[in-house]
This record gives sequence, C-alpha cells and structure tokens, in this order.
Amino acid sequence: MIDNIPLNAFLVISTLMFFIGIYGFLTRRNLITMLMSIELILNSVNINFVVFNKFLYPNQLHGHFFSLIVIAVAASEAAVAIAIIINIYRNFKSIDVENLDQMKF
Amino acid sequence: MNSYAYTLLIPLIPFFVFVSVGMAEDKLKGKLGGLIGTAGLGIATFLSYFTAFKYFISDHVAGTGYTSVKAFEITWLHLTDKLTINLGVLIDPISVMMLVVITTVSFMVHIYSLGYMEGERGFARFYAFLSLFSFSMLGLVLATNLFQMYIFWELVGVSSFLLIGYYYEKPSAFSAAKKAFIVTRFADLGFLIGILILSFNTGTFDFKELTNPHGIAIASMGGAAFMGLSVITWALIFIFIGGAGKSAMFPLHIWLPDAMEGPTPVSALIHAATMVVAGVYLVARLFPVYSQTGPAALQVVAWVGAFTSLFAAVIATTQTDIKRVLAFSTMSQIGYMMLSLGVSKYGGEDGLGFMASNFHLFTHAMFKALLFLGAGAVIHAVHSNDMNDMGGLRKYLPITHITFLIACLTIAGIPPFSGFFSKDEILSAAFESNKILFGIEYFVAGLTAFYMFRLYYNIFWGHDRHYHHTPHEAPLVMTVPLMILAFGSIFSGFLPFHNLVTSDGLAFESHIDWMIAIPSILVGVLGIAVATIMYKKENALPDKVAASFSFFYRWAFKKFYVDEFYMFVTKKIIFNYISRPVAWFDRHIVDGTMNGIANLIVFVSFNIKGLQSGRVQQYAFVFVGGVVAMVLIFVYVL
Repeated sequence: MIDNIPLNAFLVISTLMFFIGIYGFLTRRNLITMLMSIELILNSVNINFVVFNKFLYPNQLHGHFFSLIVIAVAASEAAVAIAIIINIYRNFKSIDVENLDQMKF
Repeated sequence: MNSYAYTLLIPLIPFFVFVSVGMAEDKLKGKLGGLIGTAGLGIATFLSYFTAFKYFISDHVAGTGYTSVKAFEITWLHLTDKLTINLGVLIDPISVMMLVVITTVSFMVHIYSLGYMEGERGFARFYAFLSLFSFSMLGLVLATNLFQMYIFWELVGVSSFLLIGYYYEKPSAFSAAKKAFIVTRFADLGFLIGILILSFNTGTFDFKELTNPHGIAIASMGGAAFMGLSVITWALIFIFIGGAGKSAMFPLHIWLPDAMEGPTPVSALIHAATMVVAGVYLVARLFPVYSQTGPAALQVVAWVGAFTSLFAAVIATTQTDIKRVLAFSTMSQIGYMMLSLGVSKYGGEDGLGFMASNFHLFTHAMFKALLFLGAGAVIHAVHSNDMNDMGGLRKYLPITHITFLIACLTIAGIPPFSGFFSKDEILSAAFESNKILFGIEYFVAGLTAFYMFRLYYNIFWGHDRHYHHTPHEAPLVMTVPLMILAFGSIFSGFLPFHNLVTSDGLAFESHIDWMIAIPSILVGVLGIAVATIMYKKENALPDKVAASFSFFYRWAFKKFYVDEFYMFVTKKIIFNYISRPVAWFDRHIVDGTMNGIANLIVFVSFNIKGLQSGRVQQYAFVFVGGVVAMVLIFVYVL
C-alpha cells in the first residue's frame, strides 16, 4: 500500500510540518511550546530521511540510521532544554520568552 | 686538541667569576666579591704569562717565524655550507702580546680597586663588571674570525657602559655612559658594514685565511670600484671607522673625556690600557689586508692618527681636570699607534711601523695605567679631580709621587724608560715614510712632555692648598700595583719586540737610530724645561702665556667646540628638521589612521547595538529570514 503513495505527498507533509514548526517557534511565547515546535522541525527532517532512503536507495539503511540518531539527539536536547526551562522558572517565576531579554548589550 | 687548548680558560675564568659574583652579589659580605674576582683574574694572568712563555720561548724553533695557531674552534652557527660562524681561540704574536697587556693591567686594577673602592656601595657589582669586561676584552683579542671579534667588540662596549655608569645616581655619570655607548655604537655600524663588504667579497670571516698574504682571500680581492677606490678599500675604511670609535680617534673621540666620570680604576683599565687600543688591535689584526689591498685606507689611518694626536695634545695642555688631561693624552698616544700602523708596510724591516705600534701599545698600557692609578691615589687623598685643588703633594704621597714621576718621564720619551724606545721606533717609521707626519709627531712629542710635566708640577709641587684633612698616602694594596707598573714602565722598553711581534712573524734587525733619537730626547727635555719654568714655582707666567694666546687658548680649553658642534648638529639640525617632522608624521598620520579606524568601529557598533535585543525569537526570525533569502538567491539569482 505504501508503495502507491507518491513521493510528493510525503514531501508536502514534511514541508508543512517544517513550516508549522518554524511558525510555532517564532510566534509562541511559552518556552515549552517553542520546544515542541523544534521537535516538529526535527521530525519533518526525519520523514525526509526515511522517504528519500526508501525512494532512492531501497536496499540500504543509511537514512533510517540518521533518523534514529536525530531522535536520540532530540531526546537529549529536550532533557537539557527542560532542565534550563525549570531553572528559568525558578528564577523568573515565568516561562514567557517576552520576559527573558536580559541577554543584551 | 693541541697543546694550547687550555687558553680557552683565559677568557672563561673571568666569565665564570662574572656570573657567580654577579648572581651572589647581595650575599657577598665585605670584600669577598673583590677577592674572588682578583683571584680569578690572577689565574688568568698566570695562564697568559705561561702562554707567552710557551709561545715565544719554549715552543719556538730558533730561526723560524712565528705562525698563528688555532687553539680551539667550534662552529657556532651553521647557516649554509658556505656561511658558517665559528667561535674559537687564535694564538699568534699580537694576540699573545695583548693577553699579557690585558691581564697584567686588569690584575693590577683588580688589586688596586680593593683599596680604592673600599666601602663603596655595590662593591661586588663593580668586580662582576670588571670580570665581564676582562672576559669580553680577552675574547676580543683571541677571536679567530671577524664575526666573533664583532660580538666581543659589542660586549666590550656594554661592559664599558656599565662601568662608566657605575655611579648611576650621578646624572653626569649616566649621561657619560650613554654618550660613550651611543658614539661607539654609531661607529660600530661602520665596522659592521665593513665586515659585510669584506666577507662578501672574500667569502670568509676567518682571520687566518683573510690575512694570509699569499692566500686566495687576498688574491680574490679587488672587486668593483666606487668613487675611485676599490670596494675593499671602502670596506677597510668602514672597519677603521669602527676602530676609530673605540679608540677615540677624531671626530669620534667625544665620549672619552666624559667617560672619566667612571671610577678611576675603570679609567685606567678601559680608557687607557685596553679597550681604547682595541681599534689599534683591529687594524693590526687585519694589517696584511690593509697593506696588500688598501694602501689608501692606510693613508686614512695614518692621517687620522696624526691629526688626533696633535689635536688631543693641544687640548691636554689647557685642561685642569687631571683625569681629563690623561684622557686627552691617551687619545694622543693612540694617535701615535694609528699613525705608526698607517705608515708601515708589510714584511721585514718595512714592517717597522707595525712593530713600533704594537711596542708602543705595550709600553703605553703600562705607563698610562700607572698614570691613571697614580691620579686615582691623588684623588683618593684630596677628594677632587681639579688640579687647582692640588699642590705640594710630594711630601704627603711619596710613593705616588715617585711612580707618577717615572710615568711622566716615560711618556715624555726620556731614556732609558720604555716610552723612549717605542716612541723612537714610531718616529723612525714615520720619518722613513712621510716627513710631514714625522714633523707633526715630533712636535707632539714635545707637547706631550710639556703637558705631562705641567700636570706633574701642579699636583706635586707648588704650595699646599686648604685640604679638608691632611692628605695621606694610599694603603699598600694601592701602592703595590703602582710599583709593579712603574717597574713595567721602566723595563718593558728592553723587550726585543722586533724579534717577537712583526708584521710577517719573522724577526728583523732593529736598532736605535740616534739621528732621530737625539732630537726626540731634546724635544722631550725642552718640553719638560718649559713646564718647569712655568709651573714648578707658582708665577704669573702661565696666565701671561694664556692671555697672549687668548683666542686660541679659549678654543683649546673648550676642546675646540667639537661637543658643541655635535650638539648643534644633533639638536638643531637633526632634531628640528628630521626628528620633529617624523614625530609629527607619526603622531598625526600613523597614529591618526589607527585612531580613526578605532573610532569608526566604535561609532558603527554604538549605532547597531540595538539589534542585540536579547529576544530569542527575534534572532530566530532574522536567522530564518536570512536562510530564506539565501535560498532565493541561490535558486533564482545564481
């Protein structure tokens, strides 16, 4: 069944996810939501890896391994990011990025 | 390894003394530093005498000439296969003679300073510097090649700087030290240029190759001509400029009188007997090159020497600072040595001037060190340098008086003292070569006798001045060196120099030419007689004579305004017309460009700093926008 779905369909989905992620990252004020947007961006990339592997080199697995690495990195990144967010919350009693503009000249 | 390898120790012992005494300066109580220095130099002196004995007597096969021996040599810098710089020890007649001169005078000065410098602050420092100087000077005379000589030449300059500026709290002392260093350094620039031209044209630094009269190095010289003189002649003239700077030849002599600000033993060691004859040694060392390829350069040497000896002798008759009189007398005597080298030819009896120059160097070292140390004893007794503060001292300082008188008779050329023999040889050499030069030197010989006895009578005769306390004879540690040097002044004239130190290493027959000797004795006696009439009993005669020559006297008293001329050239011309515009350019154009760039960057960053808002989403937006823009450019434009 999956063989009948054209390549473009996957790419459309992945592109949509990517830009939704960008949009969310730029517009959301909540740090957690921004983190979730980053996850969307990463997953859209994962889809691209798997799909291109399937369509271009069906007998090899390199693309799959890349997606696995990305997932692992994303997991550790989420752990670090959440630790940072918790510390920010402790200091500012808020996780709204609007309040976090101390890092300037 | 050969049987002279131990000579390496002669310069190295003072070096180790310098390092150890210099490092432990604070910890050496009392005279310990001085005793270590004196002991080290004593060993070096012993080794030098042993070397002289071995080289001139025990190793010498009768009837053959003296050859030069490389006792030791290592390659210090290997730049290319053709260009290597070596360090080593060269033993030949002049270097062995210089070893004896340097270590003798230095050893005497070391002993003398134990008394003279007693209780001075930095006593150990003084001895450390003396050892450094001895090391440099010994390294200089033992150098196997021009480059090594240049290195030690500069080291000698540095140690001279340190010793002149020993009383560094005194403004006059450190400005004298600076003056000496700058003037000699300026002259060394000429030396360096000369070395480069000479070794570029001959392909070697090595003295043995350079000065072999039948070798390839001399044959290959010639080269292109520049302004009517060959390149080699120019190189030799440049090298002589270096020598003239160290030897205080006109017009590079201005540092020597000021250098008298240093302690008196230093003046005796550096500015009378050793460092100032380095220029003579340099020309003597390269003498085969001078005589075979650069007769024009030798003419320059002769005339500069003759002029300086006259010039300095005239100034010496008017000065009242006793050390300055001796300084000008040193210049005058070194002028003799230079002249003597300049009129000499290579080989056999034609090389009389070469022998006479080295002979005079040897005797001069003895009697001039004696004069300076005697002057030091006088200064020690009356605490003044000015002869107007002295008089009648012969009663109080009997030993100093007798030794000083011996030295004065020696320098005046009265037989049988050594100065008579060496000066006679110089006058004979000049007479055979050029009658005008002979005439100048003959006149200077009389002048020398006159100003030395003027000095002598002013110090030791006449009536007593008001002394703060009764002058007393110096301690034994100071008078013994005086006696030893007086012994050297009397008897060194009997050394058979014409058998030992000659231009080609071969002995030749030399005898006193009474046709020249008798007039030269007469002119010396005349000078002494005039001085006796004018200065033995105080009378109005000196003032009358000075008044009748008033214009000339004032010029000579002001040292012919050479210092003022230099100040005019440097301050008025160089500072005003070169340094000031250059400084203006540096401050306004060079610095202005740099400040302008910095100000521009400050201005721009001040204006764009608002872009760093601290808002992470704004950064991300700019970043994404940038990526999109780049994608668009890559896709549609490129």
